Parts: sequence; C-alpha cells; structure tokens
Amino acid sequence: MSVQASPPLHIVAFCCHYCAYAAADLAGVLRLQYPATARIVEIPCAGRLDALEVLHTFEHGADGVMVAGCLEGDCHFQSGNLNAKRRVDFIRGLLEQIGLEPERLEMFNLSSAMARRFAEIVEQMASQIQALGPSPLRKQARSQPETIMESHTP
Amino acid sequence: MIIAEQKPLEEIRGLIGEAEKVLVVGCGTCVTVCFAGGEKEAGILATSLRMASKLEGQPKEVTHTTVQRQCEWEYIDPLRDQIAQADAVLSIGCGIGVQALAERFPEAIVLPGLNTTFLGLPVEQGIWEERCAACGSCILGLTGGICPIARCAKQLLNGPCGGSQNGVCEINPDTPCAWQLIYDRLKAQGRLHLLMEIQPAKDWSTSRDGGPRKITREDLRLQAEQSE
Repeated sequence: MSVQASPPLHIVAFCCHYCAYAAADLAGVLRLQYPATARIVEIPCAGRLDALEVLHTFEHGADGVMVAGCLEGDCHFQSGNLNAKRRVDFIRGLLEQIGLEPERLEMFNLSSAMARRFAEIVEQMASQIQALGPSPLRKQARSQPETIMESHTP
Repeated sequence: MIIAEQKPLEEIRGLIGEAEKVLVVGCGTCVTVCFAGGEKEAGILATSLRMASKLEGQPKEVTHTTVQRQCEWEYIDPLRDQIAQADAVLSIGCGIGVQALAERFPEAIVLPGLNTTFLGLPVEQGIWEERCAACGSCILGLTGGICPIARCAKQLLNGPCGGSQNGVCEINPDTPCAWQLIYDRLKAQGRLHLLMEIQPAKDWSTSRDGGPRKITREDLRLQAEQSE
C-alpha cells in the first residue's frame, strides 16, 4: 500500500461492469498492488452514474469519488461513458457551488483488460485526494446522527 | 409545458437565511420534465444545502418531498404537517407552485428555488425553446402553426421586419426569424394567400395588458351546483 494516510482516506469508485469492474477483478487475479482506500461500487454502465448518489457519497463522508467507464468509443451501450463524462462535469459544478473541491471527483476511461491502468488510476486518485486532505464533511458526517429524511407524496 | 431553471445555490442559500429546518418541495409535472424541480432535483438540492450549511459550520436540517402537482390544492394539502414543522419551505415548482403553497399555507415562509422562464418544449434533450406567450388570443391558424407573438422578438403581426437576415433574427444568430418560418411553411402548404391580409393591431387586453386573467366555467363549478 503506497498511500496510507492517517486518518485513512475514503474513495468510492463507481466502476462500469463491462470495463473498470472487470479490470479491478483482473488486477486482483494479477496480484497488483493499489491503495486500499478505494471502495468499488459496480454499476451496469458509467452512464448509470447518478448525481444524487455521488452527492450522497460525499455527504456521508467520502473524501473522493472516482468514476471509471469504458474507453471512449467502446461503451457497451454506445454512449454511456460520454453521458457520464458530461454528468461528471455537471456534478463538479455542483460541488464547487456547495464549497467542496471539484477535484474530489474524477472520471477515468479504461478497458476490461487494463488491470495495470486500473491500479494506476486508483493510485493517482489516492494521491490527488491525499493532497487535498480529508473531506471537511467527513468528521461531521460520522459524528452526527442521520438527519436525512425523504418522503414522497404521489 | 412550463420551463424553469434552478437559481444558483448561493442565491437560494441567501433566501433561506437563518432558517434551520428547510423543506424542499418538488413538483412532478412540468418542472420534472425540464429537469429543474422534480423528485431527483429536490434530492440534489436538499443534499447540496445540507452539505453547504455543514461546511459553513451551521448545519441545517433540510428534508425534501415531491408532489404530483404543486398547482392544485388536493395535491399540496397533504403537506400541511411537514410544512408546519419547517422554518422555511423552498418550492422548486414553477411560480404557480410557489404561490399555491404560499396561498394555501399563509403562515409558512415559502421561497422560490427556480426561475420560471417560459412556456415551451424540448426541441431535443437538453434544449428547450419558447413556443407560447399565453397572449389569450391565438392566431396560430393564420400563421401556419408558428407563433409570431412568442417567437418574433418584436411580436409582429405583419412580418418580417428588416432585421430578418438569411432567415435569422438580428437579435441572436441562434434565433430563427419567426416570419421566415411562417412564410416557408405557408408556401410549402400553398397557403401564402393568408399573408395577403393585413392583420390589425392586436388587442392586448386578453394578454397581460388586461391585468391578471381569470376563467370561470359555471358548468364545471361545484359550488354553483351546491347553491342551486
């Protein structure tokens, strides 16, 4: 583990089923080392990325969020990764308005065969978040009781 | 449908001010379809406000809910208890929704989270354009189904003007000349004779010039039935 902060960083990686998730699997098979700070969340396509889920991830204390989709032009659903790219830009704008550094959210593109690239991008993201430091929301998110209440009136 | 866009978060936070308990109310109709004030946007705005207030060191309790239509009493009445518990209600419905909440719950502080912009349609996903100015006296039958009131910068009834260049309005190269569109469509339909008649000055009393408008349909009123 080349990056191990104290307190440990929390990075959530939304990984496309068809590329990054498989690349992470292959990285495991190849016994490649990468920071254990990244928690992988499998999504069926990067285009499934939801702004609300990303914001909730930050609200609940993530220091960084990375989105990993297929190489441009290689999306299993043709344009999901391109949609994700635009959505990431939109969410970064929201983060800026909220007062969080937009650099806490990054998007990467890779194929399912690029296990080494997967290890590299996790390393890169961990370094980037290490430089930014822990999220200012993290301490509060962990120490306060859950206040989110959602309801829907049809 | 009614097209709106969200106000900047900073402006919304300024409106909320010191209120500690905030209820964000979305609307499931027009503003959902234009991605400005639906259930998803209510959730995003609520979490954004929670995070921004935490970062400022004064965390607010921001909850959210969405009703099917903010502009009808029967849909907003069930919000009474939630609204009673909130210091401020942030409506992300259109201006009608904001006013409906303020009128139904006069004791509540109701704030607008959107700028209601125009009546229009999505010409493609992500792009909305104005189509109707709700002038109260429709002339689309004379203009090939293209509204010169909403789509001509000068609202001309006998256009085009000299500012029409190569089919584009002089105010903006992205704005097609409504009268060029009208001419092209009527020509294609073989109905150019409709343009030979000079239209008189429009009676704007049916529009905003006549003050706030109201429609009464006695055949639909339930109170009228009860009073008989």
